[in-house]
Amino acid sequence: MTSYAAAIREAFFYLLKNHKECFCIGQGLWSPWYVGSSMQDLDKEFGKERVIDTPVSEWGVTGAAVGASLFGYRPIVIHPRMDFMLLATDPIVNQAAKWSHMLGGRVGAGVTIRGIVNRHGEQGAQHSQALHAWYAHIPGLRVVMPATARDARDLLIASALCDDPVLYIDDRDCYDLTEDLPPVVEMDLRREGPRILREGRDITLVGASYSTQLCLQAAQCLSQDGIEAEVVDVRVLNPLDNSAIVASVRKTGALVCVDGGWRNCGLAGEIIAGVCERLAPGEMKRTPGRITLPDAPAPTSKPLEQIYYPTAETVVAKVQSILSPN
Amino acid sequence: MPDQKGNLGADMQRVNSELQSLADPSRHTEALDLRNASATQLQGYLKSMLVIRFVEEAIGDMVASREAVCPCHLGIGQEAVAVGVSTHLNAGDRVFGAHRSHAHYLALGGSVDALVAEILGKETGCSRGMGGSMHLYAPEVGFQGSVPIVAGTIPIAVGAALAIQLDCTPQVAVSYFGDGAAEEGVLHESLNFARVKNLPVLFVCENNFYSSHLDIVLRQPSDRVSRFADAHRVPVRVVEGNDVGAVAVAAGELIERARRGEGPGFLEAITYRWRGHVGADENIDVGVRRKLEDVLAWKRRDPIRRLADAMIARGVIDAAGYAALETQVRAVIGNAVMAARAAPYPAPETLLGRVYASNRVAP
Repeated sequence: MTSYAAAIREAFFYLLKNHKECFCIGQGLWSPWYVGSSMQDLDKEFGKERVIDTPVSEWGVTGAAVGASLFGYRPIVIHPRMDFMLLATDPIVNQAAKWSHMLGGRVGAGVTIRGIVNRHGEQGAQHSQALHAWYAHIPGLRVVMPATARDARDLLIASALCDDPVLYIDDRDCYDLTEDLPPVVEMDLRREGPRILREGRDITLVGASYSTQLCLQAAQCLSQDGIEAEVVDVRVLNPLDNSAIVASVRKTGALVCVDGGWRNCGLAGEIIAGVCERLAPGEMKRTPGRITLPDAPAPTSKPLEQIYYPTAETVVAKVQSILSPN
Repeated sequence: MPDQKGNLGADMQRVNSELQSLADPSRHTEALDLRNASATQLQGYLKSMLVIRFVEEAIGDMVASREAVCPCHLGIGQEAVAVGVSTHLNAGDRVFGAHRSHAHYLALGGSVDALVAEILGKETGCSRGMGGSMHLYAPEVGFQGSVPIVAGTIPIAVGAALAIQLDCTPQVAVSYFGDGAAEEGVLHESLNFARVKNLPVLFVCENNFYSSHLDIVLRQPSDRVSRFADAHRVPVRVVEGNDVGAVAVAAGELIERARRGEGPGFLEAITYRWRGHVGADENIDVGVRRKLEDVLAWKRRDPIRRLADAMIARGVIDAAGYAALETQVRAVIGNAVMAARAAPYPAPETLLGRVYASNRVAP
């Protein structure tokens, strides 16, 4: 059995071993404090020239990785907390995401940016943000979020080997998930998209990364009450191909989206809108619902944190209210 | 110093200038000292600078007539910087520009046809009509991209140098930026990272005293931008940026150091743009202290006229030869404008087809 965190490390090991054009760069890569077991000792195995710990300079270092990606390298930039990655918005949003289009498709920035989400733990407003919806708004920037250990490994490899800039977002709340991993098969990220993780007939639950796990837990609970939920894992948020989600809702007639981010202009709203505009009137039998974070920064106080983060029980209650409105 | 409202007196000089005579347009107006430059070198400098100036004048005319609509930032008056630096560069080097980068592209030998076509948004443009004046690309001559986000390409050039270091090859990366970019924190981050990793990158600051409308006196406590490089232990040369030979000597020293693996360098070239921040006019009195008399004074420090005078005095070229060169360059540009006008626009499918490089179809 391999954990999600160990699967990430396996991906780095695979990339550094098999692809000499890959290197890793970011803060804390020579210390277990920041990225923990997900990158432990890679510098000792592959050298400090290819596993580069850096000054505290998010813009400069991310920009440098973008620059190296223009010349045959496939850098992976690590931001141990996504909150700090906001200081690197220019190289991600203005530069990497736009170079192909604005230079006529003559060049692309094949850089991968790994942003890590840290939920819970009373870490507060600037140590815990999940900003996937912001970045998924940007044309030219692929955004992926693995929900399983296998995807944590295989989507990271696919991201690094993609010729486009990719934001790969992993979530510390998933690090202890385990599964048996088959040998690595390199995937073409352009062909990856939402995937059904659990089949069901009564309602479609859609999540991404950590929120997909909430959906799976909720589906198990609901099953005990005779409700069979289908769980779709978004996996690739941008560009978003919602065909699998639409097909699922066409079958179940009901939809709940569970998003680890905020509500306004968020992923859940986008999924619901995309499904609604592709279904014929009447195909959606129930009012669609969404579960998100409350529209507030993360609190540090324990009781506030307990009501801040949705749980599987929140999802179960939402499904019950939608399927049995009275 | 400015008064409490930020105004400078009408006849205010840069009395506290660390740059001293380099900031004084009444100085350095005589014919250039040609040093030991060869006739071939000098003829190359002169032709390259004339190409840049006449192309930019042509672009200015197209902006004024509204034929060219994309924002065009002209660097007329600053030609010597790019030409002096580029004399040490080849197609394997990695040069990045900013919003005012026609000269950086042309000095490397970037296609005049493709530049003019790009400005008119045509498929034959250097960025296939997708970028306009502010997004130039000519990797075949080493020009690796320009963007208008101030300081945006500085860390990208540092990353290009990191790639060179990983490749163990004797190339260099070059980052052109203006004095305004020194006010962005990422210059500090980039100098620090380049120095601590000892990367082969040349930082070239074209200090023309203005960021958009605002005089450097009102933006920084000193007019010598290279003080930031001093702080990061990066070797500095400060030069008269309207003297192509002086730029070439200083750039050559720093570039050769970088090629030998001795790390980054910082070249501060003092110059002045004759036109405004953006567009064709001279921006007289749009800001503080940009007076007509200043512009006129700086035009007497003309990098091209001073080079041509010295070449004529030395007998490298005569007046008739200079006139013939002007005619020849203007003809090339005239043809480029006509070709760009006749060229097609990008097809509608390119709007979505170029967003992801991985989707590109091999030509």
